[in-house]
Amino acid sequence: MSATVSIPTILRTHTGGEKQVKAEGKTLQEVITDLEANHPGIKDRLVTDGALHRFVNVYVNDEDVRFTGGLDAQVPDGGTVTILPAVAGGSR
Amino acid sequence: MLVIRADLVEQMVAHARRDHPDEACGILAGPDDGSDRPERFVPMENAERSPTFYRFDSMEQLKVYKAMDANDEIPVVVYHSHTATEPYPSRTDISLAQEPFAHYVLVGTRDPEEHELRSYRIVDGEVTEEEVQVVENYMFSHTGASDVPDQAGVPDPTRS
Repeated sequence: MSATVSIPTILRTHTGGEKQVKAEGKTLQEVITDLEANHPGIKDRLVTDGALHRFVNVYVNDEDVRFTGGLDAQVPDGGTVTILPAVAGGSR
Repeated sequence: MLVIRADLVEQMVAHARRDHPDEACGILAGPDDGSDRPERFVPMENAERSPTFYRFDSMEQLKVYKAMDANDEIPVVVYHSHTATEPYPSRTDISLAQEPFAHYVLVGTRDPEEHELRSYRIVDGEVTEEEVQVVENYMFSHTGASDVPDQAGVPDPTRS
């Protein structure tokens, strides 16, 4: 079960500059665990206390995982996982 | 320094005025070739619809980022407005900034007549303000003042 993961600019320090990497797993949780095994440090940028960071967007096959189970979201074989930093801020 | 075309500035300011008093936000995309030139205006929906907070809608952001990827573009500018406060990055802006290569442009709309426009780099929690040079086009902007067309130095009588 292999997925293609798109890595945003700010996390490419963990992937040697690669924009896309392969990772194994049936769920997003497993994919992130496999990412961490090959690209140490990346998990902490995505997950805190067992949940996805509020200001990181993760999409599986273009669906925002916030609405499809979060870390438990299913990742189909050959699927795509896209990570984007949320673009947000505020005047306070 | 941010070198930016006047028509792009006008579009950002118009967007900020239109959404006032809510914060407006968006991107200026440009080629991923090191030229650091914003070319394409991409207004984004503020999913928070708030006068004190902005966040790109996640599905719109995915669509826009995929289009940029397909065009070999990057977000050269990430802009948003401050509608009641100084256009300086807030603590929230700084802690959430995750585009180390972008120019963060803030458009201030607290004055109904005159907008403010300032630009910053935000890297690892550190803010550096930078000069903004507004140009009619990018043709002469990279080689310095001596190549700027003559009329650029002539005062515009319609401005006080």
